[in-house]
Amino acid sequence: MNALARLLERFLSLDRRWIFLLMAVCILFPLLKPIGLPFSTDPAVEDLYEAIENLRPGDLVLISCDYDPGSKPELQPFTEALFVHLFRKKLLVVVNCLWPAAPPLVNEAIEKALTRDDVDESFYVLNEAYVNLGYKDGRQLVMLGMGQDIHETYPRTHDGTPVSQVPLMNQVRRLADSDLFVNVSGGSPGTKEWVEVAQGRFGMTMVASCTAVMAPDNIPYYESGQLVGLAGGMKGSADYESLVGVKGTATQGMDAQSFGHLLIILFILLGNVAYFMTRKKGIR
Amino acid sequence: MKKEIPLTIAFLLGIWMILENFMPGIPWVNYTKTVITNGGIIIMAFTWILGLYSIIHVNWGKIRRGQDVVPKVALLLALATMISLGFVWGHTEGTPFNWLYMNLYVPLQATMFSLLAFYIASAAFRAFRARSMEASLLLICATLVMMGRIPMGEKIWSAFPAISDWIMNFPNLAGKRAILIGAALGAISTGLRVILGLERSYLGGE
Repeated sequence: MNALARLLERFLSLDRRWIFLLMAVCILFPLLKPIGLPFSTDPAVEDLYEAIENLRPGDLVLISCDYDPGSKPELQPFTEALFVHLFRKKLLVVVNCLWPAAPPLVNEAIEKALTRDDVDESFYVLNEAYVNLGYKDGRQLVMLGMGQDIHETYPRTHDGTPVSQVPLMNQVRRLADSDLFVNVSGGSPGTKEWVEVAQGRFGMTMVASCTAVMAPDNIPYYESGQLVGLAGGMKGSADYESLVGVKGTATQGMDAQSFGHLLIILFILLGNVAYFMTRKKGIR
Repeated sequence: MKKEIPLTIAFLLGIWMILENFMPGIPWVNYTKTVITNGGIIIMAFTWILGLYSIIHVNWGKIRRGQDVVPKVALLLALATMISLGFVWGHTEGTPFNWLYMNLYVPLQATMFSLLAFYIASAAFRAFRARSMEASLLLICATLVMMGRIPMGEKIWSAFPAISDWIMNFPNLAGKRAILIGAALGAISTGLRVILGLERSYLGGE
């Protein structure tokens, strides 16, 4: 009994570097040797996909990419699949960012989408079929400004072209001129603020992709119909990739997430078993 | 006047925002809305200058006192490098600024956040204990939601995603809505207090 007690005590005070090592193995192994476990798609992501699928060629989609490299593994796969989806349907696209580190990530996603065979690259001329307005500071004030007059709020695009000289922007004066609003959000300002302004104030049809941590906060907006679709975390991005037919990094990451989650659950169980056994024996 | 002027500005702009939101038909409100919105954006842009001054002031002071010299010098050098590169060559694709952003900033920030997985695993092992009824409920729900969000969970038991969705769409939704409504009522109350000049802590900690 004393041997068991000592063993449990030693187990509970396990050096955390062993835990780190196990986690590293659990994440690296499936990334290097993908298993490709199948998964079902979330209805909220299916609704997001349908909202875009219901648009007609030439319709205008406004996207606000509000995240930075910290959320890249979760949100960049969604952004990449989103551009593939929009470009395949020949939709017109206007992108802006409320986070300073987002514009290069947007450009990266656009360039990646344009290299695909199923996208008509000749149609997507910069500033004619798509525009990157870039970053603007001001949080909700920028949202309000875009609801009133995008040309006033963004006098120049990300590449420095005056908005008045951008042919596509002649069709877009305010938020309400677009047919769908998409928010890709890594925090604040993000989905919550856009729901308040773009949806609540200007009545936009809105969908969103957010980090897994934010998803529980945004589910009420989806359930109330303020968001017509929602993709949460890497799973949401993987679901969307699967619906669009893009095998991207989120789908690849699902195996690693599987093993990572299982390891965490295993640690919770083992930790609790050891805790209760030591408590029963009066060790702690 | 140190107090009266900011209080008057807060009162007038607060009233203006209410009118703009709830009575958008008023001509003078419509006429001024672009000016006031752009004014706000310009003020927020100036906060970057304030932030820049603050970061230099705080870190330079520590360097002079000999506290954490190496990281502080690295921070200021990185700041100066990125600002200079951005000003001289711009920030678009193909510029040194963009190269450093994509090859240094992106991997560094992604690495920092990826460390969370390791700390969560360690914390789950050490701190996530079923010590009480509430803690046990949290533990069971967290485990079920985690299992429902991974393909492996679905493979083990096909009902995990449905259970996870139920937890997220009912108990979680009810809790979140209560928090949202409470926070909204709190925000309205605080907003009114600021507009009426009853809440003055923003003036400097009264």
